[in-house]
Amino acid sequence: MNLHEYQAKELFAQHGLPVSRGIAVDTAAQAEAATRELGGDRWVCKAQVHAGGRGKAGGVRLADSVEAVRAFADQWAGQRLVTVQTDADGQPVSKIYVEACVDIAQELYLGMVIDRATQRVVVMASAEGGVEIETVAEETPEKILRATIDPALGAQPYQGREMAFALGLSSGQAREFADVFVKLSRFFHALDCSLVEINPLVVTQAGHIHCLDAKVNLDNNAFYRHPDLAALKDPSQEDEREAQAAEFGLNYVALDGNIGCMVNGAGLAMGTMDLAKLYGGNPANFLDVGGGATKEAVSQAFRIILSDANVKAVLINIFGGIVSCATIADGIIGAVAEVGVEVPVVVRFEGNNAEVGRRKLAASGLDIVAANSLADAAQKAVQAAGAGA
Amino acid sequence: MSVLVNRDTRVICQGFTGSQGTLHCEQAIAYGTQLVGGVTPGKGGATHLERPVFDTVRAAVEATGATASVIYVPAAFCKDSILEAMNAGIELIVCITEGIPTLDMLAVKARLDETGARLIGPNCPGVITPGECKIGIMPADIHLPGRVGVVSRSGTLTYEAVKQTTDKGYGQSTCVGIGGDPIPGSHFIDILTLFEGDPATEAIVMVGEIGGTAEEEAADYIKAHVTKPVVAYIAGVTAPAGKRMGHAGAIIAGGKGTAAEKFAALDAAGVRTVKSLAEIGDALGEVTGWG
Repeated sequence: MNLHEYQAKELFAQHGLPVSRGIAVDTAAQAEAATRELGGDRWVCKAQVHAGGRGKAGGVRLADSVEAVRAFADQWAGQRLVTVQTDADGQPVSKIYVEACVDIAQELYLGMVIDRATQRVVVMASAEGGVEIETVAEETPEKILRATIDPALGAQPYQGREMAFALGLSSGQAREFADVFVKLSRFFHALDCSLVEINPLVVTQAGHIHCLDAKVNLDNNAFYRHPDLAALKDPSQEDEREAQAAEFGLNYVALDGNIGCMVNGAGLAMGTMDLAKLYGGNPANFLDVGGGATKEAVSQAFRIILSDANVKAVLINIFGGIVSCATIADGIIGAVAEVGVEVPVVVRFEGNNAEVGRRKLAASGLDIVAANSLADAAQKAVQAAGAGA
Repeated sequence: MSVLVNRDTRVICQGFTGSQGTLHCEQAIAYGTQLVGGVTPGKGGATHLERPVFDTVRAAVEATGATASVIYVPAAFCKDSILEAMNAGIELIVCITEGIPTLDMLAVKARLDETGARLIGPNCPGVITPGECKIGIMPADIHLPGRVGVVSRSGTLTYEAVKQTTDKGYGQSTCVGIGGDPIPGSHFIDILTLFEGDPATEAIVMVGEIGGTAEEEAADYIKAHVTKPVVAYIAGVTAPAGKRMGHAGAIIAGGKGTAAEKFAALDAAGVRTVKSLAEIGDALGEVTGWG
């Protein structure tokens, strides 16, 4: 799960990481009050959305007056921000973050991720701050410095100092950088992060190290030990259907094709999508009903798939391991009766109780296309979607 | 012969008396697995499924001589359970549970690498040597004792591959689900090494998916060290970047980990790749000449 910048910075501050004072608001009036509370004569206004590229999209502005802050809040409160990382509709602006301004002497990059290849937490730093780190990695990989965190020992100050001196920082700044380095690693582990990025991490005119931005991605699997973090979830930033599916223990990802897919198992769900594509079709979604699929879950899965108006056919591919095809068949029959499915439904059953499932579907009198193999199912679904288009 | 497990492997279950543990241990016993007992802290001394229950893995190992353990405990307790098994001298730990925090696995994996204990999973169907030993949640009846080693990151995709090799009559030496997590206990390379050294394994099916670089590393390894024919399939050609496709590890991040890159690496290594999941069995027939 992603956090908003304002949430991440509040957590940063709690962990002793240097951030500016800021206040997240909903309205222009609140924005004005926030500027007075913060004081000073310059502020940074930032639209809070779960997407990068906000600056270029007009979602970040330097304001020299209270009026300018008000104008920014007026412009963005309740609106949607379209950036290079969002779709054409953009993301709803959740909050306006008004922050005290710092004078920047130098922009750096500092990021921390779980590196799958080395199976360690890896810290990356670069003197090329403020730009896309992927671009730096692609074009000038030698400009990215790396340090590996020992899982037993944690981050050590010397690792931070080594990086700081390699970045060309002064000895005083190196000490501050090393402090940020160690604290950020503690933050990463304490909160069960999967990614933390500070881009840019800046050296201020006064010569101090300061976190100007904060991007934090949390491991949802660890929420059982962080109920406070789970509560920071902002449903407005999520795809409505994906969020709805998650409530029923279903994994759903929306795509732009017209063949709705319902499959058990994540790998097989991807494999089924790929097969539809291979036969000239386009999957409308990824949907894993999971190993413990119930009749209710299948019914809900149907609703979610059919709520996408592009869907012209539904392809159901079940390889029963734990889950019984008979259970799925009951779910399908119930859902078709209940939801009213008007597009062709192609079903392939294999494994646990496949024969019973097939008999149930045949006896139901419903208009369901039975497939006798994986390839047959994909072909029939592509054909049905094409015919319905 | 086979890899990892056979008819003599003595297995215990952690989370033995829970609903998952009970369900799958019943099936394992029915299959003929030497399931010699289980562990549920606080229930030591009881009998479950006609097997003894112990309070600790250490006690179970001392009493039964078990060398393998299968874990069905909830994700929040898996780190503790894996470390307990490792410290009790268990050589093969199979963790079925999905949803373990990644940083837990990072810490566990570092310890495993130091001690040399082998972990299969988490977030996997388990390991089966058909006709001999079943440790995990896979449906038994699709398997057939035979000559193909199957290694996969996905449960149901493993079943597809297994069924095709059974339908063709080739059968399987051992099937290993390494799991869909970003930090798995064993990688493709670990299992490929075992298959290469196993006389009963004549050909290998490898099923990968998007995310990470394990398939690319496997491709390099196969090119240098594997003499047996390998058929590979990668799921997720149609997966969009930046989206987690069900499995915690199935995500194209920063433009890396695409199916196209993995197919290219495997092709370059001389592996027979199939773009259709339905063609694994046919491709195996071609590369082996088994028809």
